[in-house]
Amino acid sequence: MAGTGSAPETQLTSRERIKRALANGKTGRISKDAANAVMLGVFRCAAYITTLVLVAIIAYVVINGAPHISPDFIFGWPQGVNAEGGIWPTIVSTLYVTALAMLICTPIAVLAAVYLAEYAKQGRLVETIRYAADTLASVPSIVMGLFGYALFVEAMGLGLSMVSAACALALLMLPIVMRTTEEAIRAVPRYIRWGAYGLGATKWQVVSKIVLPSAFGRIATGIVLAIGRAIGETAVVLYTMGQAINLPISPLDSGRPMTVHLYLLANDGINMNAAYGTALLLMLIILAFNLFARYLSRKSR
Amino acid sequence: MNSTDTQRPETASRPKRELALVSRSTYLKERALQYLFFACAFLAVVTVVLIFAFTMLQAAPVFTDIGLANFFSLDWAPTEGRFGILSLAAGSALVTAGALVLGVPLGVGTAVYLTEIASARVRAIISPAVDLLAGIPSIIYGFFGMVIIRPFVAEISGGLGFGALTAWLVLAIMIVPTITTLTIDALRSIPMGIREAGFAMGATKWQVIYKVVLPAARFGIVDAIVLGMGRAIGETMAVLMVVGNAPVIPDSVASPISTLTSQIALDMSYSSGLHRTALFGMGVVLFIISASLVGIVRMLSKKRKG
Repeated sequence: MAGTGSAPETQLTSRERIKRALANGKTGRISKDAANAVMLGVFRCAAYITTLVLVAIIAYVVINGAPHISPDFIFGWPQGVNAEGGIWPTIVSTLYVTALAMLICTPIAVLAAVYLAEYAKQGRLVETIRYAADTLASVPSIVMGLFGYALFVEAMGLGLSMVSAACALALLMLPIVMRTTEEAIRAVPRYIRWGAYGLGATKWQVVSKIVLPSAFGRIATGIVLAIGRAIGETAVVLYTMGQAINLPISPLDSGRPMTVHLYLLANDGINMNAAYGTALLLMLIILAFNLFARYLSRKSR
Repeated sequence: MNSTDTQRPETASRPKRELALVSRSTYLKERALQYLFFACAFLAVVTVVLIFAFTMLQAAPVFTDIGLANFFSLDWAPTEGRFGILSLAAGSALVTAGALVLGVPLGVGTAVYLTEIASARVRAIISPAVDLLAGIPSIIYGFFGMVIIRPFVAEISGGLGFGALTAWLVLAIMIVPTITTLTIDALRSIPMGIREAGFAMGATKWQVIYKVVLPAARFGIVDAIVLGMGRAIGETMAVLMVVGNAPVIPDSVASPISTLTSQIALDMSYSSGLHRTALFGMGVVLFIISASLVGIVRMLSKKRKG
């Protein structure tokens, strides 16, 4: 507009440019602010949908399950073909097998993480171990169940039992605890170690007296998270623990975990009340463990 | 071997020389502990090899008695000696693809919202929700899908509601936490500076997100999607409860199908003989798929670093 005195050619192009710019702003394309507002709204929607789904699932299970939960339901035995009554043996089976799996998994996983974080030199061997741990973490749970059945139940002759299921679950928990423990150990500041080495401590003394105690909070977080995973696992225990309703005493006893009980109830569809009740109890236990893990991790930070 | 080891501390590598400063018994104890730790770490490798070897061993008759031509055919009818897994594999692929189409935008969108847009207060509510969603066991998702989503799908499609569509909805919800958590990690690793450079040039938030942030985080996001895919393929119980378990190529998205995982879970309780070896063969296939997905992720992250 201002270039009236300049050459006609530039005047033309600048006028064209202005025309195009005006067209861009009004009719042709959406303004960048409008696009911004729309797209931010889309992202917000995605986040809200995710949150809503969680709320919906929890609310649904709570609303339908809460009326059926009573001391009789928690501490009673299932009776008859419709599994009326309580679910006490399944709760005990679940907690029993999870505790056993934790006892098997924790020492191995923590020591393995100590090796990876403190001792190992980067190289092909460590690469292989990490690849193996990642693979282990992503093995489909039913494949882990098949393997547990073939190795622990049949080849080792442990039968459908607590210990078979616990071994299979321990393998499932191993990479989770390993990863969180390694991160926890790496987060311990270097100078604490140097101080101990300066006092003449050996490597094991540094690890056992300095590193592991200061990483304890985060390690515990990882273990609690892994426990949450183990409690909710179904496909792994389905063919390693069996489905017999039984109060397990010895590790070689068979049992039926809550998850399998819920699956069988839901599949038969006869006693949905018990299914809702079991689902609610299962979810409460797992949510409690997850919230406990969050509390631990916040405390250790 | 021990005496020679302690005798030449000067020529040995550094950690050895440090250890040789202490008494022989302490040195031996330290070495023994180091080997113990290594054994624990190496157990992961042993386990993976064992899983493959054992499942493979059980599946060996697939090669000898069933034959690969039979195994990789479309017809799954174990009672008549036909063990074709392709229709089951197609079911797995169908279910996974649909779950990704629904779950990836939702998961990545949630991650972008949490890292780039949300205020600290909103983030403090939504990000624990994502964590808790990850903690809910698959059997609960399956149960929820069976009693809530299935009747809903049945109403729309006019059938029973068992089928791919229901499985898509359930699996999409299940893979969102995996994708979101990993995408958040990827987005957080991008330096603030390049975002600020974008804003300084007058870009809007959306322009910075899709021109700067998302391209910079693309490897991490692909990681997240691949791992989400692994979760969807390997998911057993939730799928088993909603797909209807019919080992056929489906007519529509709302007609019953079956997947590799669900068929194993369903048949293991009563199968025997060749039927059982075929199930183990399917286990081997699943194991190979999941191991190669992990391999892809590792290759990508190596590429991202180097």
